[in-house]
Amino acid sequence: MKVKMLSRNPDSYVRETKLDLQRVPRNYDPTLHPFEVPREYVRALNATKLERVFAKPFLASLDGHRDGVSCLAKHPKSLATVLSGACDGEASVTLNVRIWNLTKRKCIHMIQAHEGFVRGICTRFCGTSFFTVGDDKTVKQWKMDGPGYGEEEEPLHTILGKTVYTGIDHHWKEAVFATCGQQVDIWDEQRSSPICSMTWGFDSISSVKFNPIETFLLGSCASDRNIVLYDMRQATPLKKVILDMRTNTICWNPMEAFIFTAANEDYNLYTFDMRALDTPVMVHMDHVSAVLDVDYSPTGKDFVSASFDKSIRIFPVDKSRSREVYHTKRMQHVICVKWTSDSKYIMCGSDEMNIRLWKANASEKLGVLTSREKAATDYNQRLKEKFQHHPHIKRISRHRHLPKSIYSQIQEQRVMKEARRRKELNRIKHSKPGSVQRVSEKKKRVVAVVK
Amino acid sequence: MSSSRAAESSLLALNQQEELEDLPREYPLSTSEDEGDSDGERKHQKLLEAISSLDGKNRRKLAERSEASLKVSEFNVSSEGSGEKLVLSDLLEPVKTSSSLAAVKKQLNRVKSKKTVELPLHREEIERIHREVAFNKTSQVLSKWDPVVQKNRQAEQLVFPLSKQQSVFAPIEHVVSGWKARTPLEQEIFNLLHKNKQPVTDPLLTPMEKASLKAMSLEEVKMRRAELQRARALQSYYEARARREKKIKSKKYHKLLKKGKAKQALKEFEKLRKVNPAAALEELEKLEKARMMERMSLKHQNSGKWAKSKAIMAKYDLEARQAMQEQLARNKELMQKIQVASESAEEEGVAEEEGEPFVPDVVNEVQVKASGPNPWMFRNHSSDTKEAEVQGDPEELAEPAAQEAPESEEEGPVVAEEILLKEFEERRSLRQKSGLKQIAKPVGSQETKDPSSQGVLSELRALSQKLNRENHQSRKQELSSTRTVLAVQREEPAGEEEEPLLLQRPERARTLDELEELGKEGCFQNKELPRAAVEGQQWERNPSNHLGVPKEKKRKEQMIDLQNLLTTKSPSVKSLAVPTTEELEDEEERDQRQMIKEAFAGDDVIRDFLKEKREAVEASKPKDVDLTLPGWGEWGGVGLKPSAKKRRRFLIKAPEGPPRKDENLPNVILSEKRNIHAAAHQVRMLPYPFTHHQQFERTIQTPIGSTWNTQRAFQKLTMPKVVTKPGHIIKPIKAEDVGYRSSSRSDLSVVQRNPKRLSIRHKKQLKKNSVD
Repeated sequence: MKVKMLSRNPDSYVRETKLDLQRVPRNYDPTLHPFEVPREYVRALNATKLERVFAKPFLASLDGHRDGVSCLAKHPKSLATVLSGACDGEASVTLNVRIWNLTKRKCIHMIQAHEGFVRGICTRFCGTSFFTVGDDKTVKQWKMDGPGYGEEEEPLHTILGKTVYTGIDHHWKEAVFATCGQQVDIWDEQRSSPICSMTWGFDSISSVKFNPIETFLLGSCASDRNIVLYDMRQATPLKKVILDMRTNTICWNPMEAFIFTAANEDYNLYTFDMRALDTPVMVHMDHVSAVLDVDYSPTGKDFVSASFDKSIRIFPVDKSRSREVYHTKRMQHVICVKWTSDSKYIMCGSDEMNIRLWKANASEKLGVLTSREKAATDYNQRLKEKFQHHPHIKRISRHRHLPKSIYSQIQEQRVMKEARRRKELNRIKHSKPGSVQRVSEKKKRVVAVVK
Repeated sequence: MSSSRAAESSLLALNQQEELEDLPREYPLSTSEDEGDSDGERKHQKLLEAISSLDGKNRRKLAERSEASLKVSEFNVSSEGSGEKLVLSDLLEPVKTSSSLAAVKKQLNRVKSKKTVELPLHREEIERIHREVAFNKTSQVLSKWDPVVQKNRQAEQLVFPLSKQQSVFAPIEHVVSGWKARTPLEQEIFNLLHKNKQPVTDPLLTPMEKASLKAMSLEEVKMRRAELQRARALQSYYEARARREKKIKSKKYHKLLKKGKAKQALKEFEKLRKVNPAAALEELEKLEKARMMERMSLKHQNSGKWAKSKAIMAKYDLEARQAMQEQLARNKELMQKIQVASESAEEEGVAEEEGEPFVPDVVNEVQVKASGPNPWMFRNHSSDTKEAEVQGDPEELAEPAAQEAPESEEEGPVVAEEILLKEFEERRSLRQKSGLKQIAKPVGSQETKDPSSQGVLSELRALSQKLNRENHQSRKQELSSTRTVLAVQREEPAGEEEEPLLLQRPERARTLDELEELGKEGCFQNKELPRAAVEGQQWERNPSNHLGVPKEKKRKEQMIDLQNLLTTKSPSVKSLAVPTTEELEDEEERDQRQMIKEAFAGDDVIRDFLKEKREAVEASKPKDVDLTLPGWGEWGGVGLKPSAKKRRRFLIKAPEGPPRKDENLPNVILSEKRNIHAAAHQVRMLPYPFTHHQQFERTIQTPIGSTWNTQRAFQKLTMPKVVTKPGHIIKPIKAEDVGYRSSSRSDLSVVQRNPKRLSIRHKKQLKKNSVD
């Protein structure tokens, strides 16, 4: 008689050392694991709910300035260091430029940089010094470390200009910086007069930004509603696009050389391809008041915008609606915003003198993750993506609490927009076919492109 | 005289000519001349006139000239006197054509033939063109990024920072050397350090510490000492032993020792030969060397002191003679040449020809076996055995079947038949195997020379005959019994056969919830259909081969009849629904109808629809629930049915559902399936990137969790799109990152160059642009 016995290979269940993980034999037979779609759906639903539960983006508030924070700058070499300038009044002599340490959440250095408003601040690419411009018509270069023992706090260089400078940006590789005001000036750090100044039109220019990839390119926006692009090498402006309303600032995409986003007064942001300025690539709308500042994430996939409506919003580059809105009760008009260079945090400076630190991904767990945690978050993320179109999940993931003012304004503007749309449709309906053309939302906002 | 006159007249004529020339030239130009100067000229003219008046002929003419000159003003050139219009070219033309003027004319012509230079463009215009050119150039430069951007946008995963920065380790000395003590506290500390001779600039180690670091560690020292001790002990031990052995006087002992040593050496050599032939060869070389030494020294011949003494003793002493002979033998042995075989046959040759003292026969034998005369022979052997095994296999395989056969034969003819079928299957598979083995031979041919395959064939024939016979028998048996048994047999695959029933529905977008419902229904039907019904169905749906052919035909006929009945009914239904307006229809329409009918003659849409509707109605009807448990309270087993009374007792009749809404609507199927609770979880619109609902469903239906996927697949499926490392600065993308050459010249250098040159280059491009 044949006796059948169970025999197993001990290699399949015996651990080599007692510190090894227990081997778990898995059977992937689909009949043993039924209802895969409903189970994953429930998991996705739970993940979405948990995401909303853990969405606590606010990290810290840095206070110390005596007036609204007008400008922020990142340190190019150190993640923990942030510089800020405030719009302190002329009457009192105040320390209107501060350097902060984010890990300690403390101000580590204060400078009385300008008499009055600090309009712009930018760091040198090496991180040893920084530049400020102010309402006192000066450009000053400062040491990052502060004065040594027994030294006076003095700028390394001071340039006295004839007009007020309203913005400054430093070249990404060379000892060159650009200021704007009446015209765009390009300065060598060693000289006291600009090596080249470019102008097109007569209105004052509010901000100037170097392209981080093709570093000879500059973009500026003037108060006569236009955005002008310049080429530093050829010392000439390139093109000008006139929008419906004034653009407050622009920001170049750090991963895509020809893409920039403009923060406009008409509550929208416009992403342009600089080679085809006649139509924006994307119109980002969600704000309910003028957009004052915009900054790209270093990955180039998202950007953050600060608005006069007391909120900041995060937009994916390829979406026209925001994926996140941050606000607090105490935060007033947000003037400046920056995305830190490790792409994890967002800083914003607002009217009520505080700099706030936010998580870029609201529900992300900070700190070191174990591999299992990481796998779980990745899985959850993927599940949320997979089931994002299901109404229940969509509703939960889209839900955000908004202050009443913003909420009511959104409603109001929705009505207005709908009315406008209806009117347009009616106009088309009641006029001779073909005589009234429908203009797309993108094209509507561009008034002209000047060569 | 006459000659002098002629000369005079010619001079006069020349003078006159000069005057004629002068007049037009002088007068307009004379505006700036002084009065005095003009007076002098007048005098001169008077003189000339006086001279000319001497000659009678010219007087009249002169008068005319004076008239013309009166009209000449300093502002105007008039030609009134001559009555002709004066043209500028006339004035330019010389009276007498001279050769020098021709060149000037030529130049003038050349200038005329050339185009005139256009007015320079307006400054703004120029700037505009410059801008345009610069913009085109810049956008060209930028378009090199297009592929990179495209790639990054579509990338499955992007890991930031893009370029790995290698952290630079600066020794602490370098970092510290740049640092100076500034504050009083620091200075004080430095002073203290200096006082204590602590290193300041190179602050790592004091000289003492360095020295101590250079010295050996304690453990190392201990180990080394232990080693030394052991070596010393061993040495003394061996020394003592050698001394003791030396003291032994017994010759026998020494002889044995020598022999033992020789044996040992032989053994070792053999071993070496097996393991390492190269080393063995070396050993052989040593032997050769010994022979050479012997030949050189002749140590074992009778030339030594000992040998001589022995030679004297040999006459009388047997032992001494023996010893001498031994020595001579040894000499001979040593002198004998060892024949080293050629390299190819190294091992065997050496082994065989060396002779007994070195290699025993056993080794040789083994060698022959291992690498015999022809290695292929060996393989043949083994393959033969394998083949034998393979051929043995079928018999072995057949055996268990044969063993099973007698056991199962008791269960009745049907089971026996099954077993036979099984056997048949096995044989067939076997035959296929054998067929595969002999691909060269045609499978179908009967003239197979292989006895085994022929045997298989014959067996097959016998089997088929047997089967036929059995079938015949079984047919004779009662139908009912087969029916029950078959039902029992067929219960297993019932679940599989239910599926098509469920799928026969009007197609709809299958969302997640629909699927769930489908699954539930399937379960419900599988479990709770009365078994009898199931059996009946199956019996209906599986016309088995065991049934008699006539019976099946009959059944088919029935089905067809039913369908015909329905189809005959359907037109009437239709005609009821559609208002009868045939009489009003034109002939054309009738024709068209006819055509359509002809075109779709094959497919009967109406019948299909009716069938569909019937099925839908059937499916939506509430089902009875049968809770009978066979064998519960009575005998159970194969072929035993629970009693009718019991079945009646435990059958829960489903309540009549509400009347169908489409009961009186012959052309409509109203489905009331939609579940409001499920709808909350259903996707209503096809989301954007998908173009077909099937695509979307597929993405939803493939699970990504680790429950359904292997670890590797799970990791791949849940790979995040963007990965950033905490605490790493992500810099903007650089040309070097993506393999482009970054422009070596700095942006600044170009700005500082002369802008004039730039404009020249622009102009060149400008020309190109204007051509375009």
